[in-house]
Amino acid sequence: MKEELIVSGRMNLNIDPVLHIWHWQIPLYLFLGGLAAGVLFFASLYSIRNEEEKYSTAVKIAPILAPIAIIIGLIALLLDLKHKLYFWQLYTTIRLSSPMSWGAWVLMAITPLSFVWVGIHLKEVFPKIDFSQKFFGTLYKMFTKEQEGGVNWEWKFGWLTKLEKLAIENKKMLAWAILLASVILGVYTGILLSAFNARPLWNTAILGPLFLVSGLSTGAASIMWLSKSHEEQKLFSKIDILLIVIELFFIIHLFMGFMAGPQVQIESAALFWGGEFTLYFGLFVVILGLIMPGIFEVMELNGYHIHVAIPALMILVGGLIFRFVIVEAGQITRYLY
Amino acid sequence: MRYAMAIDTLKCVGCSDCVVACQTENNVPHGYARDWITETVDGVYPSLELEFRSERCNHCDNTPCVRTCPTGASHIIEGGIVKVTPGKCIGCGACIQSCPYDARFSSPEGWVDKCTFCDHRIANGQDPACVEVCPTHCMYFGDLDDKNSNVSKVIANRKWKVLAPEAGTDPQIFYLI
Repeated sequence: MKEELIVSGRMNLNIDPVLHIWHWQIPLYLFLGGLAAGVLFFASLYSIRNEEEKYSTAVKIAPILAPIAIIIGLIALLLDLKHKLYFWQLYTTIRLSSPMSWGAWVLMAITPLSFVWVGIHLKEVFPKIDFSQKFFGTLYKMFTKEQEGGVNWEWKFGWLTKLEKLAIENKKMLAWAILLASVILGVYTGILLSAFNARPLWNTAILGPLFLVSGLSTGAASIMWLSKSHEEQKLFSKIDILLIVIELFFIIHLFMGFMAGPQVQIESAALFWGGEFTLYFGLFVVILGLIMPGIFEVMELNGYHIHVAIPALMILVGGLIFRFVIVEAGQITRYLY
Repeated sequence: MRYAMAIDTLKCVGCSDCVVACQTENNVPHGYARDWITETVDGVYPSLELEFRSERCNHCDNTPCVRTCPTGASHIIEGGIVKVTPGKCIGCGACIQSCPYDARFSSPEGWVDKCTFCDHRIANGQDPACVEVCPTHCMYFGDLDDKNSNVSKVIANRKWKVLAPEAGTDPQIFYLI
């Protein structure tokens, strides 16, 4: 047997003994980005299909999650930067060869679009809610004309009224733009990782579609959870089952690729097959995050009564753990020489 | 012009003089290193083979670190030297993730630091600090496009290898074996 022992005199912080330059911020951001992409994808899709009233949660209510998720995600991203005060350098250039660069620009586009989308539906979503208190009250007073005893959705600023009018007039176009941007955002969360050929676990093209499908699945689960209409819940439950099946297929595909790959990828796969990530990935991601909620959804469709929050929560938590596992494990994998 | 380095693994004794020289010359923050010594033991006892290598950024021809940098802070200067502009670097870590040699690190100020081939010394016609101090003279530095340079001559006459060629980065540090 040939043995090789490597001793290196290097002890750089976060690089040695194993690379750990990305901490919790990146997987959290990847999860929130995927969730926002999923929610916005279905909102714009059902708006384009003229089914706004039929699937009103998907089109009008669930998108509220998107700007919140994106903002928290952006804060996480900023926290991850080591040279924070220079973050604006991202927006001085467009570098197509760098996924992080076009990801930054896609976020620049989709963030305001998601705000506009939520804005034009606020009137319908909150027709009568009492905003007279605390955080939401202050926020509300910042943007709308004050009126006693109830909600008045008249904007304080003229440009807001104009923007709203413009957005409503061009809603189809807005929906198409969001649809496209959400798919790019969803794929980008995976491509970001697969662009690093130095990390064999990430360096596979399937990661883009896999992260997109996982993001769509978390989006569909949130819509299902928020919806009060039985018909809508049923539709998104079906969509979710389909997405789970596709995701499982992609995961099998991922590992088939590794098994047929070079030594470094065979070793990457071993981390999940008996290695240190077996439990996290096998139990929390595959069984509790995909298979079990899938089974629950199928049972629900066949008349068993299972609270919708159970499969939805399992999918969301599974999606989050999935990203943590991939980011953590990927940083361990490397070329040996 | 194409700067490159050749390092004789048969002469290197792993004394770490190159590491200290670099830290002194470039004021590398305490606890960090732009170059380092790797020691590999190969084989089955009792027939073992020991190899010492002085390693650093490979100043690759195909540079994943420059490709993935979102701001253009990582760039290539004349002679193929890969450098980082601190004022453009946001510290996102993309270049660190993309380097198969883990040759980069995040400096305490936040920007990403790495070997520069001592371009400030090259400009004055000197060799990089690590090459100059090596007590066994195991390192050769020069221009690959010049057939008479030290590095061209030694890699023309000796057997050599590069590290992780399968990563596709086309590294420009040659280890004489």
